[in-house]
Amino acid sequence: MPMAGLVLVVAFVLLALLGPLVTGDPAEQDYLATLAAPSGAHPMGTDDLGRDAFARIAHGAQVSLQAGVLSTLLAMVVGIPIGLVAGFYRRWLDPIVMRLVDVTLAFPFLVFAVGLAAIIGPSLKGVVLALGFSQLPAIIRITRGEVLAVREMDYVAAAIADGSGDGHIIFRYVLPNCASPLIVQATVAIPAAIIGEATLSFLGLGVQPPTPSWGVMLTTAQQYLSDAPWLAVWPGLMIALATLGFNLLGDGLRDVLDPRSHR
Amino acid sequence: MSLLEITNLKVSFDTEDGQVQAVRDISLSLDEGEILALCGESGCGKSVTAMSVPRLLPPETTRLSGSIKLDGRELTTLPEAEMRKVRGKTVSVVFQEPMTSLNPSFTVGYQIAEVLRRHEGLSRQAAARRAVELLELVGIPAPARRVKEYPHQLSGGMRQRVMIAIAVACSPRVLIADEPTTALDVTIQAGVLDVFRDLRDRLGTAIILITHDLGVVADIADRAVVMYAGRAVEQAPVGGLFAGPRHPYTLGLMNALPSAAVDGRLAEIPGLVPSPLSDPDECAFQDRCARAQADCRLSRPPLTHQADDHLAACFHPGGQS
Repeated sequence: MPMAGLVLVVAFVLLALLGPLVTGDPAEQDYLATLAAPSGAHPMGTDDLGRDAFARIAHGAQVSLQAGVLSTLLAMVVGIPIGLVAGFYRRWLDPIVMRLVDVTLAFPFLVFAVGLAAIIGPSLKGVVLALGFSQLPAIIRITRGEVLAVREMDYVAAAIADGSGDGHIIFRYVLPNCASPLIVQATVAIPAAIIGEATLSFLGLGVQPPTPSWGVMLTTAQQYLSDAPWLAVWPGLMIALATLGFNLLGDGLRDVLDPRSHR
Repeated sequence: MSLLEITNLKVSFDTEDGQVQAVRDISLSLDEGEILALCGESGCGKSVTAMSVPRLLPPETTRLSGSIKLDGRELTTLPEAEMRKVRGKTVSVVFQEPMTSLNPSFTVGYQIAEVLRRHEGLSRQAAARRAVELLELVGIPAPARRVKEYPHQLSGGMRQRVMIAIAVACSPRVLIADEPTTALDVTIQAGVLDVFRDLRDRLGTAIILITHDLGVVADIADRAVVMYAGRAVEQAPVGGLFAGPRHPYTLGLMNALPSAAVDGRLAEIPGLVPSPLSDPDECAFQDRCARAQADCRLSRPPLTHQADDHLAACFHPGGQS
């Protein structure tokens, strides 16, 4: 199954990177063929304005990939250092950070993202920021938990005895040995962000038309569900397959990287 | 002057139950090239005494008084930044757990080279070359291949040798070995002890060996300090100590050694170690001691010379055999 996940993820990334090169302009309108069924000219059909659905799916994949990867990257880049410092030094910082994390984790992920997106304003940048900060508490908590375990390891004590400074211990001893669960978390965070982007765009809080996004496409398709059901099927299917791929890949990575899940 | 001079060291830890007195009062010295054994049962303060030298005890909860002088330099008041330059360079430590004391994310060669680059300022290439030499020094076969391996690819004995290689990389003046052979099986133990002896002979490293294994003490140490309840109760050259232990606790430890000649139950020492929370003015061993008399409960026996170099803290010491 992890292989199937890898295949899906690679296909998704290829679609996002190469798809837009082979498809036509996603904004080009063909008024003679609105709401057309899939055919040779339009393999996925056309929407209400006669735009090619395949071109829009391919360009939407790019938006999805950006939202998924960039927001996860943002959460990691901000969250890992906070978790490292809080977990390694404890003292006054740790309880403050962890209570804030607890408060934000009390909100469901999407509710928190919707709230943030509404504040930041609808755009791809807004989506990335909103999703990134919504993922942040989970990343901080996971990092801190791992740091607490790793800093008690004998090799950290040995590093202190060798005369290593704090920075050296954090980056050479603690961080590398905390990496596995964080890598696994990334494979969970990326699909969550893909769904998050689609949700925010569907609700009108994310990417705005005419920019093609799978969420925006679903909003449009909703109105023509009885006349052109394929318009809803393609973006829905893509969202399902992309997230399924990342989740299967994540399960595989977890088995390899996380010693606690070894059967 | 001795290389290392510990004077009136007292160490206690803040706990929820109060101040736990791990080391109540100990003074000892270590000469260049000397192998000193610190022995005693678990909790007698032997590790805490040794770990006070490179200041590896948790700073938040440790209270320490007394003086620790290395080459005449006071270590207890040294700023932390200066202390980091001492650790791993002048004073290094080999821990008890070879299986978990190496960083699993880097090759052993990298971990040895790291110390050399930090303390000796060697270039990456020079440090890598020296790492191979060090592995050879500690008796690892095919060192050029082993430096590229990760800790999980090595056996326990090999990892302990790597730990020793890291510890001696910068030719330390003092090497502290905390039960370095406890986690290893007997044949590998002998090999590791040979490495220590060899280092002392070649580099003149002074070694503090923390152990409860009197067999190891007899095998390798020059002098031994027997500790009980945070104090030294007997201190003597190893030959004299085994020939005629003066303190009844030392005698009890020796009687508790299993021997092929004696059948049946081992001779244990009756009673329990006194609480580390209180420190009455009496001999800490008196309620477990067959020789105890009224005076043992009235004041604490001081560490006194029984013979040349042989000190014991007992009012009724055993005679020479």
